[in-house]
Amino acid sequence: MKKTIITVVGKDTVGIIAKVCTYLANNKINILDISQTIVQEYFNMMMIVDLQASEKAFDTVSDELAQIGEEIGVIIKCQREEIFDSMHRI
Amino acid sequence: MINISEVIETNKMIEKENLDVRTITLGISLLDCIDSDTDAVCDKVYKKITSVAKDLVKTGKEIEKKYAIPIVNKRISVTPIALVGGAACRETGDFVKIARTLDDAAKEVGVNFIGGYSALVSKGMTAADELLIRSIPEALASTDRVCSSVNVGSTKTGINMDAVRLMGEIIKQTAEYTKDNDSLGCAKLVVFCNAPDDNPFMAGAFHGVTESDAVINVGVSGPGVVKTALESVRGESFEVLCETIKKTAFKITRVGQLVAKEASEKLGVPFGIIDLSLAPTPAIGDSVADILCEIGLEYAGAPGTTAALALLNDQVKKGGIMASSYVGGLSGAFIPVSEDQGMINAVEAGALSLEKLEAMTCVCSVGLDMIAVPGDTKAATLSGIIADEMAIGMINQKTTAVRLIPAVGKVPGDNVEFGGLLGHAPVMPVNSFGCDDFINRRGRIPAPVHSFKN
Repeated sequence: MKKTIITVVGKDTVGIIAKVCTYLANNKINILDISQTIVQEYFNMMMIVDLQASEKAFDTVSDELAQIGEEIGVIIKCQREEIFDSMHRI
Repeated sequence: MINISEVIETNKMIEKENLDVRTITLGISLLDCIDSDTDAVCDKVYKKITSVAKDLVKTGKEIEKKYAIPIVNKRISVTPIALVGGAACRETGDFVKIARTLDDAAKEVGVNFIGGYSALVSKGMTAADELLIRSIPEALASTDRVCSSVNVGSTKTGINMDAVRLMGEIIKQTAEYTKDNDSLGCAKLVVFCNAPDDNPFMAGAFHGVTESDAVINVGVSGPGVVKTALESVRGESFEVLCETIKKTAFKITRVGQLVAKEASEKLGVPFGIIDLSLAPTPAIGDSVADILCEIGLEYAGAPGTTAALALLNDQVKKGGIMASSYVGGLSGAFIPVSEDQGMINAVEAGALSLEKLEAMTCVCSVGLDMIAVPGDTKAATLSGIIADEMAIGMINQKTTAVRLIPAVGKVPGDNVEFGGLLGHAPVMPVNSFGCDDFINRRGRIPAPVHSFKN
């Protein structure tokens, strides 16, 4: 299973997770793991998701999430998991 | 499973510390384009490049998007043109025609540089090699994206001093031909000793004759990442320092390996090598000189610089070798002056001289790189500097190179502006004592005794 990492970074505000999760649910994207932390007063959230059941391609999901990010004033990024695996796992 | 701190670390490297893949370079063999007619050669060369590389830029962009990591350059290297055009070209103008074809093909597929306008003359020059070398000034003046290199020596063959003498003159002419652009042509011309066949970095990339029909070579970078990692170990022992560089180099290289594999699969072209070089850019925070300062020097060029650079270079290799099974190219730390803001600062502060740079090239990849010298520097003096650098490469069994810009009309203290990745350079003074009688001798310097290993 090819996993995708979604990261959300920005000033903390009400409803960030709700917005992102609603989008994911509407597009049949399954969330495997969520974690969040505050780094230097910035809200950092990471989700590991599975796009397999989604009808939308990775590129589309990536663009649409970036768009949602702009609307609520945070940066949302989609990256394939391999970049983190290759960097942090031997 | 990947955790949030690892994700944050990677993204911080990309967003704040200039981690990028510096180049995906597609090597293309043009040996099957050889013909006895120059126009036919040009036709075949154009068709081959534009068909093999048609998806290169698009694929690069797709990978960038998939992993959200910038791939700064997409480039092409080709078989040394002296070999490709040898059977057809009768005068320098014929070779220039091929150079223009390469330029057109590069523009058509959207790459920013194409390397391989080259001749390999480490022992002797064929008539075609010499013709190509003599065509370099015009070729670089009449194209935008073509890069040229000449290999004039190797540990196995010694140094071809006839070629060294000729290259001094050619560099002068190239400067003159492009004097309206601060002698920019010289920034695209490299003189090598022990040139590697699989170097993905410009201006010295060419696709060696030992390579397959097409190959993907990737150059990673990330001086900023190493610098930031070292900030957290200030004052610690050398062991901790080295360990930190190694770990960081491993991470950087693994990203390159991932991108190379992906590009290779998408393009259907075999993966060649990862080049581990730390390649600086003029951007703030993307400097090898800054790493040297972080190791503990006031400026690059201060006493201790050669040792610090040796340490850095070795640890980068040790970390990188673990991360990729196929490491090649130049693999080390680049120390160009104009492309590294920290180096420029060091020169302007009076901390870094041409002689110190020469010493530094003994312990790191490449050599005297992107250094502007006064426009009235004599051809023989340039040849003398080249010969010194080639000797370092030959004796130490390593690649060395010279990319000097004798900027027409400029004197020490002036500034030369190339723009973009090539940056700007303060003109450095050159030792003006003569070496004419040395350079005017004919023939070659024999191979060193340790080359006889058979």
